[in-house]
Amino acid sequence: MTINHKRRLLLAGVGAGGLALSAAAVTAQNQERVIKVVAKKFDFTPGEIRLKKNQPVTLEFTTLDVVMGFALPDFGVRTDILPGTTARIRFTPDKAGQFPFHCDIFCGSGHESMTGTVIVT
Amino acid sequence: MDQAIKRRSFLKLAGLGGAIYVSGLSGWASAAAKAGNAYQDFFFVQLSDTHWGFEGAPNPDARGTLKKAVQAVNSLEQQPDFIVFTGDLTHTTDDPLERRKRLREFKEIVAELKVKDVRFMPGEHDASLDNGAAYQEFFGKTHYSFEHKGVFFIVLDNVSDPAGSIGEQQLAWLAAELQPLPADANIVVFTHRPLFDLYPQWDWATRDGAKAVELLMPHANVTVFYGHIHQAHHHMTGHIAHHAAKSLIFPLPAPGSQPKRTPLAWDDAYPYRGLGYREIEAEAAPKTDFKIVELPVQKG
Repeated sequence: MTINHKRRLLLAGVGAGGLALSAAAVTAQNQERVIKVVAKKFDFTPGEIRLKKNQPVTLEFTTLDVVMGFALPDFGVRTDILPGTTARIRFTPDKAGQFPFHCDIFCGSGHESMTGTVIVT
Repeated sequence: MDQAIKRRSFLKLAGLGGAIYVSGLSGWASAAAKAGNAYQDFFFVQLSDTHWGFEGAPNPDARGTLKKAVQAVNSLEQQPDFIVFTGDLTHTTDDPLERRKRLREFKEIVAELKVKDVRFMPGEHDASLDNGAAYQEFFGKTHYSFEHKGVFFIVLDNVSDPAGSIGEQQLAWLAAELQPLPADANIVVFTHRPLFDLYPQWDWATRDGAKAVELLMPHANVTVFYGHIHQAHHHMTGHIAHHAAKSLIFPLPAPGSQPKRTPLAWDDAYPYRGLGYREIEAEAAPKTDFKIVELPVQKG
Protein backbone atom coordinates (compact mmCIF):
# COMPACT_ATOMS: atom_id res chain seq x y z
CA MET A 1 0.00 0.00 0.00
CA THR A 2 1.29 3.41 -0.92
CA ILE A 3 0.78 6.43 1.21
CA ASN A 4 0.27 9.67 -0.57
CA HIS A 5 2.31 12.73 0.19
CA LYS A 6 -0.39 14.57 2.14
CA ARG A 7 -1.04 11.58 4.36
CA ARG A 8 2.67 11.15 5.04
CA LEU A 9 2.87 14.78 6.14
CA LEU A 10 -0.17 14.33 8.36
CA LEU A 11 1.31 11.25 10.03
CA ALA A 12 4.60 13.02 10.49
CA GLY A 13 2.73 15.95 11.98
CA VAL A 14 0.78 13.73 14.36
CA GLY A 15 3.99 11.98 15.35
CA ALA A 16 5.76 15.25 16.02
CA GLY A 17 2.79 16.52 17.97
CA GLY A 18 2.69 13.34 19.99
CA LEU A 19 6.36 13.64 20.77
CA ALA A 20 5.85 17.25 21.80
CA LEU A 21 2.94 16.32 24.03
CA SER A 22 4.93 13.48 25.59
CA ALA A 23 7.89 15.76 26.16
CA ALA A 24 5.62 18.34 27.79
CA ALA A 25 4.16 15.69 30.05
CA VAL A 26 7.63 14.49 31.08
CA THR A 27 8.73 18.07 31.69
CA ALA A 28 5.64 18.68 33.82
CA GLN A 29 6.40 15.55 35.81
CA ASN A 30 10.00 16.61 36.31
CA GLN A 31 9.11 20.17 37.22
CA GLU A 32 8.67 20.16 40.98
CA ARG A 33 6.16 22.44 42.50
CA VAL A 34 7.61 25.47 44.15
CA ILE A 35 5.41 27.15 46.73
CA LYS A 36 6.33 30.53 48.08
CA VAL A 37 5.56 31.14 51.77
CA VAL A 38 5.81 34.58 53.33
CA ALA A 39 6.30 34.89 57.08
CA LYS A 40 5.52 37.97 59.13
CA LYS A 41 4.47 38.60 62.69
CA PHE A 42 2.50 36.42 63.40
CA ASP A 43 1.39 34.38 60.45
CA PHE A 44 2.43 32.44 57.41
CA THR A 45 0.89 33.15 54.01
CA PRO A 46 -0.47 30.81 52.82
CA GLY A 47 -1.49 29.31 56.11
CA GLU A 48 -2.74 26.22 54.35
CA ILE A 49 -0.41 24.39 51.98
CA ARG A 50 -1.89 21.67 49.76
CA LEU A 51 0.46 18.96 48.54
CA LYS A 52 0.25 15.66 46.70
CA LYS A 53 1.44 12.47 48.29
CA ASN A 54 4.72 11.19 46.83
CA GLN A 55 5.15 14.37 44.76
CA PRO A 56 8.29 16.31 45.64
CA VAL A 57 7.83 19.95 46.52
CA THR A 58 10.06 22.89 47.30
CA LEU A 59 8.86 25.44 49.81
CA GLU A 60 10.48 28.87 49.48
CA PHE A 61 10.38 31.12 52.53
CA THR A 62 10.93 34.82 53.06
CA THR A 63 10.22 36.96 56.10
CA LEU A 64 8.96 40.51 56.06
CA ASP A 65 10.25 41.45 59.50
CA VAL A 66 12.21 39.38 62.03
CA VAL A 67 13.94 36.00 62.11
CA MET A 68 11.39 33.23 61.96
CA GLY A 69 11.47 29.46 61.88
CA PHE A 70 9.34 27.03 59.93
CA ALA A 71 8.92 23.57 61.42
CA LEU A 72 6.85 20.69 60.08
CA PRO A 73 7.64 17.97 62.61
CA ASP A 74 5.55 15.23 61.03
CA PHE A 75 7.91 15.23 58.05
CA GLY A 76 11.04 16.04 60.04
CA VAL A 77 11.74 19.27 58.19
CA ARG A 78 12.48 22.78 59.42
CA THR A 79 14.39 25.88 58.42
CA ASP A 80 15.39 29.26 59.74
CA ILE A 81 13.98 32.19 57.78
CA LEU A 82 16.30 35.19 57.84
CA PRO A 83 15.34 38.69 56.68
CA GLY A 84 16.67 39.48 53.22
CA THR A 85 17.25 35.88 52.22
CA THR A 86 15.21 33.03 50.79
CA ALA A 87 15.14 29.74 52.65
CA ARG A 88 14.18 26.54 50.88
CA ILE A 89 12.96 23.14 51.99
CA ARG A 90 12.62 20.28 49.49
CA PHE A 91 10.80 17.18 50.60
CA THR A 92 8.39 14.54 49.42
CA PRO A 93 5.31 13.98 51.56
CA ASP A 94 4.95 10.24 51.94
CA LYS A 95 1.68 10.16 53.85
CA ALA A 96 -1.72 11.76 53.43
CA GLY A 97 -3.50 13.82 56.04
CA GLN A 98 -3.39 17.18 57.78
CA PHE A 99 -0.17 18.15 59.50
CA PRO A 100 0.45 21.27 61.60
CA PHE A 101 3.42 23.55 61.04
CA HIS A 102 4.58 26.38 63.26
CA CYS A 103 7.18 29.05 63.81
CA ASP A 104 9.82 27.55 66.11
CA ILE A 105 11.89 30.66 66.75
CA PHE A 106 10.27 32.86 69.37
CA CYS A 107 9.31 36.07 67.59
CA GLY A 108 7.12 37.99 70.05
CA SER A 109 3.72 38.08 71.67
CA GLY A 110 1.61 36.14 69.21
CA HIS A 111 4.35 33.64 68.34
CA GLU A 112 2.23 30.78 69.66
CA SER A 113 -0.49 31.50 67.14
CA MET A 114 1.92 31.49 64.20
CA THR A 115 0.80 28.14 62.87
CA GLY A 116 -0.64 26.55 59.75
CA THR A 117 -1.53 23.26 58.15
CA VAL A 118 -0.07 21.13 55.39
CA ILE A 119 -2.78 19.10 53.70
CA VAL A 120 -1.54 16.10 51.74
CA THR A 121 -3.93 14.26 49.42
CA MET B 1 5.26 9.45 70.75
CA ASP B 2 4.36 6.88 73.31
CA GLN B 3 2.31 8.64 75.94
CA ALA B 4 1.24 5.46 77.60
CA ILE B 5 2.42 5.26 81.15
CA LYS B 6 2.47 1.94 82.89
CA ARG B 7 0.37 1.86 86.01
CA ARG B 8 3.35 1.33 88.25
CA SER B 9 5.14 4.30 86.75
CA PHE B 10 2.00 6.38 86.94
CA LEU B 11 1.56 5.64 90.62
CA LYS B 12 5.11 6.71 91.19
CA LEU B 13 4.61 9.79 89.04
CA ALA B 14 1.38 10.83 90.63
CA GLY B 15 2.65 10.29 94.11
CA LEU B 16 -0.07 7.79 94.90
CA GLY B 17 2.20 4.98 95.97
CA GLY B 18 0.58 4.38 99.30
CA ALA B 19 0.63 7.99 100.39
CA ILE B 20 -2.54 9.32 101.92
CA TYR B 21 -3.02 13.02 102.38
CA VAL B 22 -5.28 14.63 104.90
CA SER B 23 -6.92 17.72 103.53
CA GLY B 24 -5.44 20.84 105.04
CA LEU B 25 -2.27 19.13 106.23
CA SER B 26 0.85 19.29 104.15
CA GLY B 27 2.61 16.08 103.31
CA TRP B 28 5.64 17.47 105.05
CA ALA B 29 3.79 17.64 108.32
CA SER B 30 2.93 13.95 108.23
CA ALA B 31 6.41 13.02 107.08
CA ALA B 32 7.96 15.14 109.80
CA ALA B 33 6.04 13.15 112.35
CA LYS B 34 7.92 10.01 111.43
CA ALA B 35 10.68 9.46 113.94
CA GLY B 36 14.21 9.47 112.68
CA ASN B 37 13.87 11.14 109.32
CA ALA B 38 12.04 14.38 109.94
CA TYR B 39 15.19 16.45 109.54
CA GLN B 40 15.81 14.91 106.14
CA ASP B 41 12.35 15.37 104.68
CA PHE B 42 11.18 18.62 103.25
CA PHE B 43 8.80 20.06 100.74
CA PHE B 44 8.89 22.85 98.25
CA VAL B 45 6.27 24.63 96.17
CA GLN B 46 6.30 24.97 92.39
CA LEU B 47 4.49 27.83 90.69
CA SER B 48 4.66 28.36 86.97
CA ASP B 49 3.68 30.49 84.01
CA THR B 50 2.28 33.51 85.79
CA HIS B 51 2.49 35.62 82.60
CA TRP B 52 2.31 38.91 84.50
CA GLY B 53 1.17 41.55 81.98
CA PHE B 54 -1.19 39.28 80.06
CA GLU B 55 -4.60 40.74 79.32
CA GLY B 56 -7.41 38.83 77.68
CA ALA B 57 -10.54 36.77 77.83
CA PRO B 58 -8.83 33.51 78.88
CA ASN B 59 -8.27 35.14 82.28
CA PRO B 60 -10.43 38.16 83.11
CA ASP B 61 -8.64 38.34 86.48
CA ALA B 62 -5.13 38.31 85.01
CA ARG B 63 -3.95 40.95 87.47
CA GLY B 64 -5.43 39.14 90.44
CA THR B 65 -4.47 35.51 89.95
CA LEU B 66 -0.80 35.79 90.89
CA LYS B 67 -1.69 37.72 94.03
CA LYS B 68 -4.23 35.04 94.98
CA ALA B 69 -1.56 32.38 94.49
CA VAL B 70 0.87 34.26 96.72
CA GLN B 71 -1.85 34.54 99.34
CA ALA B 72 -2.66 30.83 99.01
CA VAL B 73 0.96 29.79 99.51
CA ASN B 74 1.30 32.13 102.47
CA SER B 75 -1.78 30.51 103.96
CA LEU B 76 -0.36 26.98 103.90
CA GLU B 77 -0.35 25.48 107.35
CA GLN B 78 3.29 24.59 106.99
CA GLN B 79 5.52 26.84 104.94
CA PRO B 80 7.71 25.16 102.32
CA ASP B 81 11.50 25.04 102.51
CA PHE B 82 11.63 26.99 99.30
CA ILE B 83 9.54 28.04 96.32
CA VAL B 84 10.40 27.72 92.64
CA PHE B 85 8.88 29.55 89.69
CA THR B 86 9.42 27.54 86.52
CA GLY B 87 9.37 30.35 83.99
CA ASP B 88 7.14 32.72 82.03
CA LEU B 89 7.04 35.06 84.97
CA THR B 90 5.85 37.78 82.60
CA HIS B 91 4.01 37.91 79.30
CA THR B 92 5.92 38.97 76.22
CA THR B 93 6.18 42.53 75.13
CA ASP B 94 8.31 43.92 72.31
CA ASP B 95 8.98 47.03 74.41
CA PRO B 96 12.16 46.61 76.53
CA LEU B 97 10.95 49.22 79.02
CA GLU B 98 7.60 47.51 79.44
CA ARG B 99 9.38 44.16 79.82
CA ARG B 100 11.39 45.56 82.71
CA LYS B 101 8.28 47.13 84.22
CA ARG B 102 6.53 43.78 84.19
CA LEU B 103 9.54 41.99 85.69
CA ARG B 104 9.74 44.67 88.40
CA GLU B 105 6.03 44.37 89.21
CA PHE B 106 6.24 40.59 89.31
CA LYS B 107 9.19 40.78 91.68
CA GLU B 108 7.33 43.19 93.96
CA ILE B 109 4.29 40.91 94.12
CA VAL B 110 6.21 37.74 94.92
CA ALA B 111 8.25 39.63 97.54
CA GLU B 112 5.08 39.25 99.62
CA LEU B 113 5.73 35.51 99.92
CA LYS B 114 6.54 34.57 103.50
CA VAL B 115 9.22 32.17 102.33
CA LYS B 116 12.20 34.19 101.19
CA ASP B 117 14.11 31.34 99.56
CA VAL B 118 12.54 31.69 96.13
CA ARG B 119 14.18 30.29 93.01
CA PHE B 120 13.45 31.73 89.60
CA MET B 121 14.09 30.87 86.00
CA PRO B 122 12.93 32.48 82.78
CA GLY B 123 10.42 31.27 80.25
CA GLU B 124 10.49 32.18 76.58
CA HIS B 125 8.10 35.06 77.25
CA ASP B 126 10.62 36.59 79.68
CA ALA B 127 13.84 35.97 77.85
CA SER B 128 13.65 34.94 74.22
CA LEU B 129 13.44 38.39 72.66
CA ASP B 130 16.59 39.72 74.36
CA ASN B 131 18.45 36.50 75.20
CA GLY B 132 17.60 36.92 78.86
CA ALA B 133 19.17 40.37 79.30
CA ALA B 134 16.28 42.04 81.15
CA TYR B 135 15.56 38.90 83.17
CA GLN B 136 19.14 38.77 84.42
CA GLU B 137 18.94 42.38 85.61
CA PHE B 138 16.23 41.35 88.05
CA PHE B 139 16.87 37.69 88.83
CA GLY B 140 20.48 36.92 88.00
CA LYS B 141 21.73 33.82 86.26
CA THR B 142 19.37 31.85 84.07
CA HIS B 143 21.01 28.51 84.87
CA TYR B 144 22.51 27.46 88.17
CA SER B 145 22.54 24.72 90.78
CA PHE B 146 22.00 24.48 94.50
CA GLU B 147 21.82 21.81 97.14
CA HIS B 148 19.11 21.35 99.72
CA LYS B 149 19.03 18.65 102.37
CA GLY B 150 20.92 16.14 100.32
CA VAL B 151 19.16 16.81 97.03
CA PHE B 152 21.08 18.40 94.16
CA PHE B 153 18.94 20.86 92.21
CA ILE B 154 19.85 21.97 88.70
CA VAL B 155 18.12 24.85 86.92
CA LEU B 156 18.45 24.64 83.13
CA ASP B 157 17.73 27.49 80.73
CA ASN B 158 16.14 26.30 77.50
CA VAL B 159 14.50 29.60 76.60
CA SER B 160 17.07 32.41 76.38
CA ASP B 161 17.90 31.01 72.96
CA PRO B 162 14.81 31.95 70.90
CA ALA B 163 15.20 28.65 69.06
CA GLY B 164 14.64 26.80 72.34
CA SER B 165 18.03 25.15 72.67
CA ILE B 166 20.07 24.60 75.79
CA GLY B 167 23.26 25.09 73.82
CA GLU B 168 26.62 23.36 73.87
CA GLN B 169 28.10 25.71 76.48
CA GLN B 170 25.33 25.05 79.01
CA LEU B 171 25.38 21.33 78.24
CA ALA B 172 29.11 21.31 79.04
CA TRP B 173 28.30 23.10 82.30
CA LEU B 174 25.64 20.47 83.06
CA ALA B 175 28.12 17.67 82.41
CA ALA B 176 30.61 19.33 84.77
CA GLU B 177 27.94 19.70 87.47
CA LEU B 178 26.96 16.04 87.20
CA GLN B 179 30.47 14.65 86.96
CA PRO B 180 31.35 14.71 90.69
CA LEU B 181 27.94 13.38 91.80
CA PRO B 182 27.63 9.71 92.71
CA ALA B 183 25.49 7.60 90.41
CA ASP B 184 22.77 7.34 93.07
CA ALA B 185 22.69 11.05 93.93
CA ASN B 186 19.25 12.58 94.34
CA ILE B 187 18.93 15.03 91.47
CA VAL B 188 16.09 17.39 90.58
CA VAL B 189 16.11 19.39 87.37
CA PHE B 190 13.97 22.47 86.82
CA THR B 191 13.35 23.66 83.27
CA HIS B 192 10.74 25.70 81.48
CA ARG B 193 10.26 23.70 78.30
CA PRO B 194 10.01 19.91 78.41
CA LEU B 195 13.34 18.20 77.83
CA PHE B 196 11.66 15.51 75.74
CA ASP B 197 9.54 15.72 72.59
CA LEU B 198 6.15 16.06 74.22
CA TYR B 199 4.46 17.54 71.14
CA PRO B 200 6.87 19.25 68.76
CA GLN B 201 3.94 20.21 66.52
CA TRP B 202 3.12 22.84 69.17
CA ASP B 203 6.76 23.60 69.93
CA TRP B 204 6.48 21.59 73.15
CA ALA B 205 10.02 20.33 73.07
CA THR B 206 13.62 21.42 73.53
CA ARG B 207 15.67 21.24 70.37
CA ASP B 208 18.66 19.65 72.10
CA GLY B 209 16.79 18.32 75.12
CA ALA B 210 17.79 14.76 74.29
CA LYS B 211 21.41 15.71 74.95
CA ALA B 212 20.54 16.84 78.47
CA VAL B 213 18.55 13.66 79.10
CA GLU B 214 21.50 11.62 77.83
CA LEU B 215 23.78 13.35 80.35
CA LEU B 216 21.28 12.66 83.14
CA MET B 217 20.62 9.02 82.25
CA PRO B 218 23.62 7.50 84.07
CA HIS B 219 22.18 8.86 87.32
CA ALA B 220 19.63 6.57 88.92
CA ASN B 221 17.57 9.17 90.77
CA VAL B 222 16.60 12.08 88.54
CA THR B 223 13.29 13.94 88.49
CA VAL B 224 12.41 16.88 86.23
CA PHE B 225 9.84 19.55 87.00
CA TYR B 226 8.90 21.98 84.25
CA GLY B 227 6.23 24.45 83.07
CA HIS B 228 5.42 25.85 79.62
CA ILE B 229 2.44 23.63 78.77
CA HIS B 230 0.03 25.05 81.40
CA GLN B 231 -1.29 21.72 82.64
CA ALA B 232 -0.27 18.86 84.88
CA HIS B 233 1.42 16.17 82.81
CA HIS B 234 3.60 13.21 83.68
CA HIS B 235 6.00 11.33 81.46
CA MET B 236 8.92 8.92 81.76
CA THR B 237 12.06 8.88 79.65
CA GLY B 238 13.62 5.65 80.84
CA HIS B 239 13.85 5.95 84.61
CA ILE B 240 13.63 9.77 84.59
CA ALA B 241 10.25 11.22 85.56
CA HIS B 242 9.12 14.53 84.06
CA HIS B 243 6.29 16.51 85.65
CA ALA B 244 4.68 19.57 84.05
CA ALA B 245 2.87 22.09 86.25
CA LYS B 246 -0.36 24.00 85.85
CA SER B 247 -0.12 27.69 85.09
CA LEU B 248 -1.41 30.73 86.92
CA ILE B 249 -2.85 32.46 83.87
CA PHE B 250 -4.82 30.07 81.60
CA PRO B 251 -4.87 26.34 80.91
CA LEU B 252 -3.81 24.98 77.53
CA PRO B 253 -5.28 21.93 75.77
CA ALA B 254 -3.86 18.45 76.10
CA PRO B 255 -1.09 17.82 73.55
CA GLY B 256 -2.59 17.32 70.08
CA SER B 257 -6.16 17.29 71.38
CA GLN B 258 -7.28 20.10 69.09
CA PRO B 259 -5.93 21.69 65.91
CA LYS B 260 -4.36 24.68 67.64
CA ARG B 261 -2.87 25.24 71.05
CA THR B 262 -5.31 28.03 71.89
CA PRO B 263 -6.00 28.66 75.60
CA LEU B 264 -9.00 26.95 77.12
CA ALA B 265 -11.83 29.39 77.65
CA TRP B 266 -12.52 30.94 81.03
CA ASP B 267 -15.63 29.46 82.60
CA ASP B 268 -17.60 31.86 84.78
CA ALA B 269 -19.24 28.88 86.46
CA TYR B 270 -15.83 27.57 87.54
CA PRO B 271 -13.48 30.55 87.79
CA TYR B 272 -9.74 29.68 87.96
CA ARG B 273 -10.46 26.14 86.82
CA GLY B 274 -7.30 24.56 85.46
CA LEU B 275 -5.04 26.98 87.31
CA GLY B 276 -2.99 26.11 90.35
CA TYR B 277 0.29 25.33 91.99
CA ARG B 278 1.76 22.28 93.67
CA GLU B 279 3.52 21.09 96.76
CA ILE B 280 6.31 18.61 96.18
CA GLU B 281 7.24 16.57 99.19
CA ALA B 282 10.71 15.07 99.22
CA GLU B 283 10.93 12.02 101.42
CA ALA B 284 14.47 10.98 102.11
CA ALA B 285 16.32 7.69 102.14
CA PRO B 286 17.42 5.47 100.75
CA LYS B 287 16.50 7.44 97.62
CA THR B 288 14.34 10.52 97.61
CA ASP B 289 10.74 9.97 96.60
CA PHE B 290 8.74 12.93 95.44
CA LYS B 291 5.06 13.13 96.18
CA ILE B 292 3.05 15.77 94.37
CA VAL B 293 0.00 17.52 95.75
CA GLU B 294 -1.83 19.74 93.26
CA LEU B 295 -3.49 22.77 94.79
CA PRO B 296 -5.99 25.12 93.17
CA VAL B 297 -6.20 28.87 92.94
CA GLN B 298 -9.57 29.78 94.30
CA LYS B 299 -11.90 32.68 94.12
CA GLY B 300 -11.51 34.77 97.20
